[in-house]
Amino acid sequence: MQDSKKAQEIRIIIARHKRYDLLFIIIGVFALMIAVLTFIALFTHMLIDGMPRLTWDFFTSFPSRHSGLAGILSAWVGTTLVMLVTALAAVPIGIGAGVYLEEYAPKTIITQIIEINITNLAGIPSIIYGLLALGVFVYQFGFGQSILSAGLALALLILPIVIVTTREAIRAIPVAIREGAYALGASKWQTVSDHLLPYSAAGIMTGVIIGLARAIGETAPIITIGALTFIAFLPPAPIKAEFPFLSFEWLMAPFTVMPIQMFNWVSRPQEDFQFNAAAAGLVLVVMTLAMNALAIYVRYNMRKNIKW
Amino acid sequence: MGALAAQGNENSKIEVEQLHHTQDNAAKSAILTGCKSEIRDLDFFYGDFHALKNVNMLLHERQVTALIGPSGCGKSTLLRCFNRMHDLYPGTRYVGDIILHPDNVNILSRNVDPIEVRMRISMVFQKPNPFPKSIYENVAYGLRVRGVRQRAILDEKVEEALRGAALWEEVKDRMNTRAFELSGGQQQRLCIARALATDPEILLFDEPTSALDPIATASIEELIADLKKKVTILIVTHSMQQAARVSDYTAYMYLGELIEFGVTDTVFIKPKNKMTEDYITGRVG
Repeated sequence: MQDSKKAQEIRIIIARHKRYDLLFIIIGVFALMIAVLTFIALFTHMLIDGMPRLTWDFFTSFPSRHSGLAGILSAWVGTTLVMLVTALAAVPIGIGAGVYLEEYAPKTIITQIIEINITNLAGIPSIIYGLLALGVFVYQFGFGQSILSAGLALALLILPIVIVTTREAIRAIPVAIREGAYALGASKWQTVSDHLLPYSAAGIMTGVIIGLARAIGETAPIITIGALTFIAFLPPAPIKAEFPFLSFEWLMAPFTVMPIQMFNWVSRPQEDFQFNAAAAGLVLVVMTLAMNALAIYVRYNMRKNIKW
Repeated sequence: MGALAAQGNENSKIEVEQLHHTQDNAAKSAILTGCKSEIRDLDFFYGDFHALKNVNMLLHERQVTALIGPSGCGKSTLLRCFNRMHDLYPGTRYVGDIILHPDNVNILSRNVDPIEVRMRISMVFQKPNPFPKSIYENVAYGLRVRGVRQRAILDEKVEEALRGAALWEEVKDRMNTRAFELSGGQQQRLCIARALATDPEILLFDEPTSALDPIATASIEELIADLKKKVTILIVTHSMQQAARVSDYTAYMYLGELIEFGVTDTVFIKPKNKMTEDYITGRVG
């Protein structure tokens, strides 16, 4: 009987401990709900307000003084072109810097300071990048308030993300694989180009896409460099009928982007424009979510063929 | 300890000299095949840590030399000096020489590019480490690094290397399959083929069977016995039975020092040093 009394004591202790578990579950679910429900409420609200405006015409119309005729043609074209410039600038520079830091740079105090600062750069408010771009790209280099300036500003903004994910992706490759390549007499560049870059491509791509998904919603730096908010024309087409068939005039064209178009409509007093803003917001959210989904898809599919 | 080791080192030098005067069969073959490499007064440092202390020994051509000793004794460190693997990491330092014959070059010299050393001396690692590429590309990589582009030459060398590693029959119909689809033992033989494809002068094995089951281990050991007809082999092993089975010469290391070096049978049956005897009979490590 002595034993069963001991067992009873133990059960009381266990019951008390389980009450704490239950308490934490309640707090945890509540915290989770705040995050999830807020997003769902916001998204539903935008869906209800914006859905009726999401017609084909909305994508093919320029902004207008009449809310019913206004569309996001110049905004989504602008966003697409700015993202193109951002990707073309940030990908080679970011990967180059990441590979250099991880594989080539001597491990000295200076490289350590640079490494710490790159991580810090990711936390700098985006408007600071806007100011930098205004001074350097818009005035110093004379690119003006153009797609090129905006693309380069956003490229600077996402560079730290690309550099950090490149380094992490390379570091995730087992030491045995790197040593295996070097042991066969491969030079650094052969090791990097034949092994490290191909094996870390999925991770790097993921970083690039997540970086672009962040850049697509950025407003502050674009406003700072002076993007117009009312644009009723498209940039010049990149392909021409006459030689040399390619044109880069669009790089220098004035532009607007999705978040600025949205901001512009939100600040209108007429209530009808709020519905336009909601519709544009919906498009922007879907664009961002689609990019994140693509990142997950890329990571999953490219990793399937790489095992160690 | 220091005195003991000094005595051990002295012993190994005497042993090496004696080899060339005895009528012993192994010693005779040693004289016939000659010496592939000499380690002279080798010290090695990881930063401030003195990992190898005044090591002197020989690698006999087309013979298997085993490095044994308890964990942390420096046997892998010594092996990795041979292909300058330590150069990949900052803060490492070699003092002394590893002379490669017949051209008498000190492969630890600053004037010798580690890439050149690695092209002459191949290595097989502890855990099979095939690249996440096809079987063919794994074996061909060493040749590609050297700029070989002609398909015919690549095909021929890849087949020869896979035959040399006793893997050809198993993979000849699926050269484009990814290497990680092979079993552990097959992967290790693939890594041996990869190391063989470039006709190395010395083949280094760093505990090549420690990640494998007994059957795969037996096939690798068989392979090593076969390979020594063509190439000088240096193998690190934590298994004394393996050293006894595969090697012609054995070096016992302890705390970074070479305690005893000699013909494997002698080291295992009549070790000259008390420390070697204790280790071999299981009283240490």
